[in-house]
Amino acid sequence: MTSAPVLLEMRSITKTFPGVTALADVNLEVRRGEIHAICGENGAGKSTLMKVLSGVHPHGTYTGDIVYQGERVRFSDIRASENAGIVIIHQELALVPGMSITENIFLGNEPRKRGGIDWKAAQRRALELMEQVGLDEDPDTLIKDIGVGKQQLVEIAKAFAKDVKLLILDEPTAALNEADSRHLLDLLRGIRDRGVTSIIISHKLNEIEAIADTITILRDGRTIESLDVKADGVNEDRIVRGMVGRELHSRFPEHTPRIGEVFFEVRDWTVRHPISADRLVCKGSSFNVRRGEIVGFAGLMGAGRTELAMSLFGRSYGVYLSGRIFKDGEEVQLRTVSDAIEHGLAYVSEDRKAIGLNLLDDIKTSMVAAKLSKVARHGVIDPVREYRYAEEYRQSLRVKTPSVDEGVTKLSGGNQQKVVLAKWMFTDPDLLILDEPTRGIDVGAKYEIYGIIQRLADQGKGVIVISSELPELIGLCDRVYTVFEGSVTGEVPRAEADPELLMKQMTSTKKTQVR
Amino acid sequence: MSRIKDLQKNLFGGTTSNARQFGMIFTLVAIVLLFQIWTDGLTLTSGNLIAVVSQYSYILILAIGMLMVIVAGHIDLSVGSVAAFTGIVVAKAMQEFSLPWPVGILLGLAVGALIGAWQGFWVAYVGVPAFIVTLAGMLLFRGGNQYIGNADTVPVSEGFRTIGAGFLPEVGPNTGYNNLTLLLGLAACAGVIWRELKARQTRREMNADVAPMWISVLRMAVMVGVIVFATLRFAGGRVGTSLPISGIILIVLVLAYSHYTRNTIGGRHIYAVGGNSRAAELSGVKLRRVNFLVMMNMSVLAALAGMIFVARSSASGPQDGLSWELDAIAAVFIGGAAVSGGLGTISGSIVGGLVMALLNNGLQLEGVGSDLVQIIKGLVLLLAVAFDVYNKSQGRFSIIGSLMRPFRRDDPPPPTDRPSPSSDADKAPVAG
Repeated sequence: MTSAPVLLEMRSITKTFPGVTALADVNLEVRRGEIHAICGENGAGKSTLMKVLSGVHPHGTYTGDIVYQGERVRFSDIRASENAGIVIIHQELALVPGMSITENIFLGNEPRKRGGIDWKAAQRRALELMEQVGLDEDPDTLIKDIGVGKQQLVEIAKAFAKDVKLLILDEPTAALNEADSRHLLDLLRGIRDRGVTSIIISHKLNEIEAIADTITILRDGRTIESLDVKADGVNEDRIVRGMVGRELHSRFPEHTPRIGEVFFEVRDWTVRHPISADRLVCKGSSFNVRRGEIVGFAGLMGAGRTELAMSLFGRSYGVYLSGRIFKDGEEVQLRTVSDAIEHGLAYVSEDRKAIGLNLLDDIKTSMVAAKLSKVARHGVIDPVREYRYAEEYRQSLRVKTPSVDEGVTKLSGGNQQKVVLAKWMFTDPDLLILDEPTRGIDVGAKYEIYGIIQRLADQGKGVIVISSELPELIGLCDRVYTVFEGSVTGEVPRAEADPELLMKQMTSTKKTQVR
Repeated sequence: MSRIKDLQKNLFGGTTSNARQFGMIFTLVAIVLLFQIWTDGLTLTSGNLIAVVSQYSYILILAIGMLMVIVAGHIDLSVGSVAAFTGIVVAKAMQEFSLPWPVGILLGLAVGALIGAWQGFWVAYVGVPAFIVTLAGMLLFRGGNQYIGNADTVPVSEGFRTIGAGFLPEVGPNTGYNNLTLLLGLAACAGVIWRELKARQTRREMNADVAPMWISVLRMAVMVGVIVFATLRFAGGRVGTSLPISGIILIVLVLAYSHYTRNTIGGRHIYAVGGNSRAAELSGVKLRRVNFLVMMNMSVLAALAGMIFVARSSASGPQDGLSWELDAIAAVFIGGAAVSGGLGTISGSIVGGLVMALLNNGLQLEGVGSDLVQIIKGLVLLLAVAFDVYNKSQGRFSIIGSLMRPFRRDDPPPPTDRPSPSSDADKAPVAG
């Protein structure tokens, strides 16, 4: 395999966004006819690299060279890269649900005949392509009527229709069940044997180990290493070491936890996906939180951590199937968000702009929004009390703004996050669930947020931190649960928490090993 | 220079987004002056002002409810039909069962509430978009009006007519004016002054900048001036006329709903739902209840507007309330509400409604045909919203600011007065 000629070479690619360097001097070498995996933590730069390759970030917005089939190429957009035979299949499939399989396969690429579409030819060709990808369906079936596994196959057939030479798959199995995943992986092997090269991005290291020929590991926007799976004897542990092998320097305030009794407990929490009835997003998860404790939830994107948190918070996500919640030794029913707030829960969402804040509001309105009754008498809001509370939080959390009358959109990410934290601290919660509390904010503000979280714990509250950054969980939390495919797969006390152990637990369960 | 800046900052009360409101008031004043000149002073006569109020109060009442619907992110196309349906039900019931007129009014409000509950149910609990629900309602209740009334007109009793065509009685000494209207005007002046002083007090308690006293005085003087002028006009009409009863109903509604939307928890929930419904839901706002109540409230107000209209024209007919929804929606958008929800004020909508009413009235006085009236109203709506869209794409835009720009030196940036007990983390640049 190593003797095969090089199909694609990306040389010292550097891509910066305002204020952030997403890729720094990244190199990638892909040989003809191999399956090349790209691994890295969330935010390591995998997707950005693929966007550079496919022309989403066109030539001129990055530096470095792309050499493809021996020639230097400069893609101006996706169309240009597709014409060269590079097709990318994103995690969110780009299919039109209300159109048939045939129509989707040839969307934007319709066979023409005298100014119209040659549906007969399309049909014939579609059947051929479907056979190639092992899709046994009527080509007139609508996309919305087939499962997500088969939709994935339609995407691949669509790529074949474009005469693909290099197929890029971004998290292709994230949404698939085991049987569908296995089928897809077999298909990728078959494609390789027919000479098509593929690049696969996946968090599921067991799958990568099983099918990849070469692995390139990215970390913090840099190429760490390229491994030849067979020659180097690569296994999951080896990949994990490459992905997380960075040192933890003191990015966290000093803190001595004062941990009390267990006061919050969840048993066998099971929730299904809001739309597909056979997909469980939480499978019998059980965990507990002590007073004064910061508990981390580690897991990869799509592992079900947010879904778990939101379903606990007044059943805000999915359909509740079974499970019990105990608070202070008593079972509680949290059917609505108001119930949850009433029982002292607070949930700070991972996407503060989309679902955490009303961006039309000013700072003070946002801060009191989750418990207006605290600033109102007989339902009438007292502006002076509202202002005083907001001012108090502005000072104690050091929100950088000239006044609490400013709109929240005028704040930076870190300061917006402080406003959201204030909003939930204002409800006097006993348990705060913080979902990616430092996403998209810079190092200095992160340090402050960590300090706030520790202060909350010191007040005797329980804090759950969901984070995709392992160093953050290890540095901040007293205990870490790992989550994989909707199940809690492990519980690691602070003293034993190290990235490799966590990464291992959050990428596999004994039950769901893929051979 | 600094006085002008003070004025610019403080004349319209608050700190945020007053350019839009200023723009509206500016437009309103311009329209009044234009028609006043064009009609040789006919616009601002007592008779005409009284006629405007009793003729167009329905637009303003609808605009109140519509504002809340639009702020919550919905729309209601059925208001005209609901008004007509309620009108015929009430007229018919009073005729057939000789109900006393106060019972008739209660019946009408109940009918409105029922219709509102019906529409609110579909919008809030089933999740059908309000556009569709109320489009259906528009057909449903228009048809209902014609079914019940056999496409005929049904007259209403004398007592019932007071809510649409009634005036305040003449009491007390003969002053040459309607005394009760004078008293109302006096109360309004006192109210304006009290509110201004209370607002200053509140701002002082919040340690916010309080506008210089002379600005408060100027603002009070302008408002008192407008009130005194209006009072004398309304009180000084032909004997037996005054501020119409429908105008009084309107004022009460405006005050009550302004208070509700600005100062109460329920009001704030409406804005929260319109601004970001998911965020509101995750903050414990009962999304469905808010949507239900907003739709229901709209229909109750539509029912009231319908009854006032029937009372004024002394009969209910099959053509009542035609295209009212368009007037009400236009008033709300001219008054600065955002199409996507979450923004807008009752006062803005009232100004928008007055612009529509005065346009109608002025053009009518001039004998402009209804064809041209529609064209002009359409253009005004389009321009007002285009201005809003432009406004947003440019960031905050101030009319006064742009007028003053040619005369202004480059100001130094305002000092950023933040208390900074700085730590290392504090100094870190905050991006994102």
